[in-house]
Amino acid sequence: MSKELIRLADCCMAFDGELVLDHINLYFNDSEFLTLLGPSGCGKTTTLRIIGGFITPTSGEVLFDGVRMNDIPPNLRQVNTVFQRYALFPHLNVFENVAFGLRIPKTEGGRKVKIPEAEIRRRVLEMLEVVSLKGFEQRRINELSGGQQQRVAIARALVNRPKVLLLDEPLGALDLRLRKDMQNELKRIQQQLGITFIYVTHDQEEALAMSDTIVVMDQGKIQQIGTPEDVYNEPKNAFVADFIGESNILDGVMHEDYVVEFFNRKFKCLDKGFSPMEPVDVVIRPEDIDIVPKEAGQLRGTVTSVTFKGVHYDTIVDFKGFKWLIQTTDYHPEGETIGIVLNPDDIHIMHKSQYSGLFGDYSSYSEEYEEMDDASLGGEGGDEE
Amino acid sequence: MKNKRALFAVPYVGWMALFVVAPIVMVVLYAFTAASGGFTLENFARIGGYAVVFTRSFQLALIATVICLLIGYPVAYMISREGPRFQRVAMMLVMLPMWMNFLLRTYSWMSILENTGLLNRFFSAIGLFSLINRLFGVQLEYFPMINTQGAVVLGMVYNYLPFMILPIYSVIEKLDSSLLEAARDLGANSLGVFRKVILPLSLPGVLSGVTMVFVPSVSTFAISKLLGGSNELLLGDLIEQYFVGTSYNPYLGSAVALVMMVIVVVCMAVMNRFGEGEEQAVML
Amino acid sequence: MSRKSRGFNRVLMALIFLFLYAPIFVLIVFSFNDSSSRTVWQGFTLRWYEELVRDRAITSALWTTLLVSLLATVIATAAGTMAAVGLFHMKKRWRRPLMTVNSIPMTNADIVTGVSLCLLFVAFFAGWADFARWINAVQGLVRLPVRLHMGFGTLLIAHITFNIPYVILNVSPKLRQMDKNLVDAAQDLGCTWLQAFRKVVLPEIKPGIVSGALIAFTMSVDDFVISYFTAGSGTSTLAMVVYGMTKRRISPKINAVSTLLFITVLALLVVVNVREARQEQLADQRKL
Repeated sequence: MSKELIRLADCCMAFDGELVLDHINLYFNDSEFLTLLGPSGCGKTTTLRIIGGFITPTSGEVLFDGVRMNDIPPNLRQVNTVFQRYALFPHLNVFENVAFGLRIPKTEGGRKVKIPEAEIRRRVLEMLEVVSLKGFEQRRINELSGGQQQRVAIARALVNRPKVLLLDEPLGALDLRLRKDMQNELKRIQQQLGITFIYVTHDQEEALAMSDTIVVMDQGKIQQIGTPEDVYNEPKNAFVADFIGESNILDGVMHEDYVVEFFNRKFKCLDKGFSPMEPVDVVIRPEDIDIVPKEAGQLRGTVTSVTFKGVHYDTIVDFKGFKWLIQTTDYHPEGETIGIVLNPDDIHIMHKSQYSGLFGDYSSYSEEYEEMDDASLGGEGGDEE
Repeated sequence: MKNKRALFAVPYVGWMALFVVAPIVMVVLYAFTAASGGFTLENFARIGGYAVVFTRSFQLALIATVICLLIGYPVAYMISREGPRFQRVAMMLVMLPMWMNFLLRTYSWMSILENTGLLNRFFSAIGLFSLINRLFGVQLEYFPMINTQGAVVLGMVYNYLPFMILPIYSVIEKLDSSLLEAARDLGANSLGVFRKVILPLSLPGVLSGVTMVFVPSVSTFAISKLLGGSNELLLGDLIEQYFVGTSYNPYLGSAVALVMMVIVVVCMAVMNRFGEGEEQAVML
Repeated sequence: MSRKSRGFNRVLMALIFLFLYAPIFVLIVFSFNDSSSRTVWQGFTLRWYEELVRDRAITSALWTTLLVSLLATVIATAAGTMAAVGLFHMKKRWRRPLMTVNSIPMTNADIVTGVSLCLLFVAFFAGWADFARWINAVQGLVRLPVRLHMGFGTLLIAHITFNIPYVILNVSPKLRQMDKNLVDAAQDLGCTWLQAFRKVVLPEIKPGIVSGALIAFTMSVDDFVISYFTAGSGTSTLAMVVYGMTKRRISPKINAVSTLLFITVLALLVVVNVREARQEQLADQRKL
């Protein structure tokens, strides 16, 4: 059903000798919503800028429909970009910003072709309607709210009818509420126009909510490619497990197919294909864990802290010195000893990787983690170039 | 790609090399060249005879700079405390005199300061001289104001005051008002806010103002000629003499210019070093 | 601030402005004086303004001043803007020393700039004379002029040289303040780099270019010292005519021409300021 539009073949990028992209192989299909997800400095914006043509990869090939595009400048590529903080032209009004790309004469068959004014007008108004900004044509950019500026940026890119739209953390500068609205809006626009969106973000919730495909990146490498369900339920390594959602990650040993041992106890699981007695990382999602009376539990632990989160409680439980995060709707006070039960489909097994041992212990877990994540919203972009 | 656009600066770099760097190299070369050609240090030896002129020039320029600072800083500060409309008009008024040729403005001071000039006429019209003569039993017909060092300093202050006000004003005006509020909040009174916050933060403006007044003052030649008469020769007059005047000697003139330039650069370097130290002290 | 201290401040400011404008006032008043005395008022006349038009020395000096200022401003603005763009894209390691050199003409004493350029021109002309003689000797097709003089050309070069730094100083911050993605965005929408520069960068840095050009023009008109050493004997700017006259006595015609210049600038500034104020008012109203 879907046709391949763009392919990055073995792309590397180095700035001043520092490797930012490490042998990236990736393809983008027609009409898909693909998200490049990762922490700041992981290379996602660099990947986007390579596709946009703003930088040329140090090695490897950029192919559009199988044609090498490495040295084609951005103005000759059939992709358009929605920039971080929008990059709207402050000296032009909304209409002229959107019309900007249409007013550039294109060379077709050696002749310069100008789009007639009437058609420009029609297309701009049509696009402003798509982004629900009808009636704002004459407004100046600095008279618009952040959300409105965002819509202008999207309209300005889409009016050129690109095959692929690149979005570089487009919602980063908006507040939480607006961000949620715009997520739905973007998804709607993408489905309405049926073109490919390549979306860069460090916000895993955003990625899970909107994408058809998620590409998780870290340290210039692709960590996992898959549907949102895939990367959430079957993370390939500790990094992916930790970065997407909350995870308890522990050391285990795979005894045989479908049997894993951790905390000196064997558990049934759904994974197979590991070598006998292979050391592995075991991922258990906090919301999958059932708390039962201590007698009935497979493991026993003591509650060390409880935080009310609205829908659920974040309960930190100490199992023999290893702290787990458990999310439950029931309240268990600090100091209570509880038991837990793990079903086979709650346990995810991963091969050991360079990330093993770096994540997964909640002994130092605190609210600050999430706050720090939010604080880094604006910081992206500059650090990658 | 980025580096390719740096090539836009190439013509400019060439131009600057040719018309900024090369001329200064010429001055240095000439300063070490004898009139007959060949290397010499004699030009510098002869400068010794002009020690008086050097001292006088630096002395007058220093006085003028200090006066400019004493007047310019309060004025810049006061303007910055006013409303935006007032500020704009005031700054325009500060700049405007520069559009009247400075020689003419200086010449106008001659009319004011002369022995039979407007000021002395005014004094005699209000009977100041007859009053003084009656009180002290002297025969005073005018205040001798023109052709004095004071007149030269006045000319310098008058001409270069805007160059002191401008940079100080632009620094103070940009000061974050929440900074001043924070200082107040932390218990400083108006004087404290000024001394502990505004003054140290406006130091860069003061430094550039001082440079912009001192350098032209020390090297001026027309002002001294008009207001100082012929007996108050300054460095600028000396240099002019050797390049244009009757005693044409570009070698000696270059030596004078070079020595002046070096002294000025050293002064500025010391001052900036001192200023940086101050700033760091404030940061700590 | 208390009302009393504000009143005191205003009085002080008024005194300073009196100091700044008294000589200008005297100058303007005596341009209407029916006598060539510069201290005794003999009655009102427009005589000096009439004679001014017929005075070849003054009108040609005025013409030279305006022409050299205008040409130098246009060239320096174009060159300075281009240079600022180049410097902006340059690595810091290169930009730093260049900016130091850039500040030399602004901080160096005018007289040093003037005499150093004078030395350069004289040395160049000497070298040129030898070269021209040699060329003329080895071939007969082209006759190169052997003797070159300082004149309008050298004057223009000097003015361009001390104007460029002011343009760069005004344009560079605007380039730095600009959202770096703007150029990318324009290219993304189909512009070549040059189109992007014209359609996006230029409008963005325009305020810097305009203020740079204004300062350059002011500096050119106001300059005396550098012109004095680089214009040679055949070319005179207004300031040089004035200087020549100060050795004897200044004709009130000079007062008259300066008054005209001053009034023109004053009128321009008033118009610009009123327009700005009105635009701001409009903008304020729109925001409400």
